[in-house]
Amino acid sequence: MHIHKYEKWWLTFGISSLVLFLFIVGFSAFHYGSHPPTGKVYIDPERVDEIVPFNNPGVHKVEGKEWDYEVVLVASAFYYNPPEIEVPLGSTVKFIATTKDVVHGFQIVGTNINMILEPGYVSEYVTTVDKSGEFLILCNEYCGIGHSTMTSMLKVVE
Amino acid sequence: MTTIKEKAKEFTKVDRRDGKLALAHIYVAFIALFIGGLCGLLQVLVRSGKFTLPWGIGYYQVLTVHGVLLGLILTTYFILGFQIAAMSRTSGTFTNKQRSLGWIGFWIMTTGTIAAATMVLLNEASVLYTFYAPLQAHWIFYVGMALVVVGSWIVGLAKIMKYREWRKVHPGESSPLLSFMVIVNMAMWIICSLGVAVEVVFQLIPWSLGWVDKVDVLLSRTLFWYFGHPLVYFWLLPAYMVWYVVIPKIIGGKIFSDALARLSFMLFLLFSIPVGFHHQLTEPGIESFWKFLQVVLTMMVVIPSLLTAFSMFATFELRGRQLGGKGLFGWVKKLPWKDARFAVPFIGMAAFIPAGAGGIINASHQMNQLIHNTIWVTGHFHLTVATTVVLTFFGASYWLLPHLTGRVLTKQMNKLAIIQAIVWTVGMSIMSGAMHIVGLMGAPRRSDFSTYGGAEQATDWIPYQIAQAVGGTILFVGIILILYIVVNLLFFAPKGETEFPVGEVSENAEKTPMWLENWKIWLTICIALILFAYTVPVIDMIQNAPPGSKGYKFW
Repeated sequence: MHIHKYEKWWLTFGISSLVLFLFIVGFSAFHYGSHPPTGKVYIDPERVDEIVPFNNPGVHKVEGKEWDYEVVLVASAFYYNPPEIEVPLGSTVKFIATTKDVVHGFQIVGTNINMILEPGYVSEYVTTVDKSGEFLILCNEYCGIGHSTMTSMLKVVE
Repeated sequence: MTTIKEKAKEFTKVDRRDGKLALAHIYVAFIALFIGGLCGLLQVLVRSGKFTLPWGIGYYQVLTVHGVLLGLILTTYFILGFQIAAMSRTSGTFTNKQRSLGWIGFWIMTTGTIAAATMVLLNEASVLYTFYAPLQAHWIFYVGMALVVVGSWIVGLAKIMKYREWRKVHPGESSPLLSFMVIVNMAMWIICSLGVAVEVVFQLIPWSLGWVDKVDVLLSRTLFWYFGHPLVYFWLLPAYMVWYVVIPKIIGGKIFSDALARLSFMLFLLFSIPVGFHHQLTEPGIESFWKFLQVVLTMMVVIPSLLTAFSMFATFELRGRQLGGKGLFGWVKKLPWKDARFAVPFIGMAAFIPAGAGGIINASHQMNQLIHNTIWVTGHFHLTVATTVVLTFFGASYWLLPHLTGRVLTKQMNKLAIIQAIVWTVGMSIMSGAMHIVGLMGAPRRSDFSTYGGAEQATDWIPYQIAQAVGGTILFVGIILILYIVVNLLFFAPKGETEFPVGEVSENAEKTPMWLENWKIWLTICIALILFAYTVPVIDMIQNAPPGSKGYKFW
């Protein structure tokens, strides 16, 4: 099949850029471990309140782990428990969250913490909070009539 | 005196009976545009915080109507109608049997549409067009959606039969380019809609009828997005057909390369399907490795997109220079900017540059976290489908409708069509621009107006939400204009003959190699890629499934 000379140049340039781009994305994913949030823990969505750690939602200081705090969070229509999260500036925090009913979102506005909470699964994300202030937490996955009133607040204090 | 060559060039007309079938689809499409567009207007007004819906109508009910009617009904019906006309024009009139199949499919789809719409209007199905299990709609809604899909397969079957018939009569020849593209488009639709059909028929219908108590949520979402991403390419490919085949003829030029056009369509078929995980990047239950793999496959569509961009601009430049355009960009001025059939789709093409760039951001593994489920995404697809695709469909309507109704597009209507496209561009720039910016600031998509408990961050969003309402209102004016033109072309425009423009391949282009039309090869690669991308994670999902979810009705 005949391909015009200029088109060959164009495709070579384009495909090279694409390869470089994918290499950068892949390098930061697999070398630096920068993956989008995921989770491979399973849970019975109807028994969330009885199961550790979700029987005790809140902010917990932990020792001997790669993170300083664990934020255990349970979402249900149309609430987050705990309703407010407070962590010290500069700490490394692991968010551990699930839902008791339908799919909910967990987005902390102004950060890249953004994950979907699905019944039966535990979503996890580890990050270092390096900005102080109040950050709105909201549900960004449609969950019903009260969807846009489902909020919480992350307070990063000095 | 007419020479034989001139006589051969006389345009072929779509048979009246085929035209009726195509028009039936197009009627439904434009009715959907009106109702869906009206719902869009209501949404942007509500989201501005200055307006509340009367008579107890719910925001999410309106949102469901908007998404289903514009995302599924307008697009699918217009595309099927356009394809029927394109097949009939390039491969010949449908046989009675094929045409009957087309009508059967049309009525099955329309029955499904009415059934689903009724349940949405009764507020029994405010689950948005992505279904969102374990939110549970009335079973009639799911059955309606299943009928839409099944009906579309039957319409597709009629086209596949026509194509096979053509190939049988012309052994060893490449099929007409436009017919070939219709079949690729249809193959993509059938392969991808199998996913949503499995979801609806085997998961959602039995569950909503109470035959089973629980639904596997992650599996349902995975099946949906296996369909949901190729769906957007299903919308886009007919626009590409217009760009590749029709526009060259309208501007008086030639198709740059038949072979490259076919290659790019096949690449779209391969790389649009095994990529659904990039809609699920922030979801639990899927290994990061498989997400990344599908991100890589997603990005492969950059290659056929580059091929397309090159072919388009090569056609434009060659024609502009032929008309005497000098210098590096002198040829641009020579293009027929006052012809709506060219200018309107051209705006659509131009919009695809920022739209494509936004798409790369969305699918970029980690970067997705910044914008996932924010209104940035809404801004993105209002550029892709609601500008690129829709403006191309409008541009195509300006010759397709009068061709089918035996009328002509008058000078005034042509002028109005260009004004319509400008109104659309202004409205969309404001609305989509505001959505992109406020999305980066964190504002979520698919959300009713809220002050979020007076949070300071959410207060900053309000000016942009007002801008969305301004842009959305201008767009609604655009919808009124296009409907005015469409009604004119259907019922009032002067009688006459309008060409269905089909471009010819440049005499410099080489013969198209036959392997480009070897379906055994391409379908094998297509299925192999799907199996490669999905087998392991889906088996994992099923084997390690958590207890399922019962249904909820939270609206």
